[in-house]
Amino acid sequence: MTAGQLRPETLPEDTRRILEGIEEGRRGALARAITWIENGDPRAAPLLDFLQPRTGQAWRTGITGPPGAGKSTLVDGLTRYWSEQGRKTALLAVDPSSPFSGGALLGDRVRLDRALEQTDVFVRSMANRGSLGGLALATGAAADLLDAFGFEEIVLETVGVGQAEVDIAAAADVTVVVLTPASGDGVQAMKAGLMEVGDVFVVNKADEGGAERLAAELEQMLALRQAQREPDEGPDRQLVPENPRILVASAREGRGIEALAGAIEETRREGMASGRVPALREQRALMRVRRLLAEGLRAAIWENRRLRRGVRKALARGEGPDAFARRLLQAIFNRLDPDEPEEPA
Amino acid sequence: MNAAAPIRVLIGKPGLDGHDRGAKVVAAALRDRGMEVIYTGLHRTPEQIVDAAEQEDVQVIGLSILSGSHMELLPRVRELLVERGLDHVLLIAGGIIPLEDARVLEEQGYARVFGPGTPTAEIVAFIEDHVRSRPRP
Repeated sequence: MTAGQLRPETLPEDTRRILEGIEEGRRGALARAITWIENGDPRAAPLLDFLQPRTGQAWRTGITGPPGAGKSTLVDGLTRYWSEQGRKTALLAVDPSSPFSGGALLGDRVRLDRALEQTDVFVRSMANRGSLGGLALATGAAADLLDAFGFEEIVLETVGVGQAEVDIAAAADVTVVVLTPASGDGVQAMKAGLMEVGDVFVVNKADEGGAERLAAELEQMLALRQAQREPDEGPDRQLVPENPRILVASAREGRGIEALAGAIEETRREGMASGRVPALREQRALMRVRRLLAEGLRAAIWENRRLRRGVRKALARGEGPDAFARRLLQAIFNRLDPDEPEEPA
Repeated sequence: MNAAAPIRVLIGKPGLDGHDRGAKVVAAALRDRGMEVIYTGLHRTPEQIVDAAEQEDVQVIGLSILSGSHMELLPRVRELLVERGLDHVLLIAGGIIPLEDARVLEEQGYARVFGPGTPTAEIVAFIEDHVRSRPRP
């Protein structure tokens, strides 16, 4: 069924009630919908399908970096700034769940003094519920809801990450990596992962000294990388940051916030002109489809009675498990684009 | 599916007192029982606390107050919750609150006001018992 055919009166009653709330701009309804997504509640799916055509209006900015780099304080300043510019602004702040109890202490609001003082910034704290990569599984869909609700600026703040948790790069239009002079020297920065996804690097805590030196080292490292770039890196070339920017800031003192907003704006302009932003958005959809497919297939593999029947029949006709699995995979592979005729095996 | 979903709790510090050790001890105890605890930080107004509770879609609000202004701030939080249609939220409080004030607050809609020295296990058990009977509408 395509989105054009969906009508509110066909939705289940609870879903319709929340949809009406969202259409009236009620934040409580939006919050409930996010809860449904987080909890895997089946009432969320028709709501998302219905709202999908209204997404694509908001800018998504990812903020990532090691623990203690000052991400939340920077986000406090940035969301406040956008809000004062008259931009409708929302924040999804992800913190880790305990691998032992499953519980979480979500403390982002503690740092949001400026964002929460006389503004209408919408803040939702999310526990990552065991998801690796810096975000929660529900973060992407929750951002879609915020987008459809009418927010213009959506900030996604990851858990404190090390070097390789880079989900944020596909979840956001622009990725900001926050570092501090204490994050390590240029060699740390040359390692893979985090350093490859930043559109904007913020060397924070400039009030503590050493920031200019780290900024200079970063500059060198990024220049080296740009120089070594192959003219054609294949179809994923557009997913690599084009022209990373480096800024020095002191979020605590409110220094560098306006420059950060400016760098984000410039990156967006360039990304729209070059086609990078549309490519990122397509990549985002692709990754979400991959994840949902993987989840769905796993469930089908472990739960489906039909599979057991298929195996029984295969064995009865002398087809081995390997041959049967190969044939199944080929059948699934042939159906990856349901709108196109099947490709011959 | 919802049986496995973590209970979401907001721990708030309304008003001007600057002591949040108690709030943090309770927050950590709830986290260790598998709850998702949103801590607001110090010096929040009743409006900010209710805004946060709405956006975070919590099932429980726990307010810690040691400043003596509980009879101004706590009834205001309850009032705002009712105004916003959030009266399904389990509302509890703790801190330095005289018994007779605690009784008044409990008559006004606080499910329980815990005194100083309450074992965290008692608070955990109270929340677990009462949240189940108050599903989100």
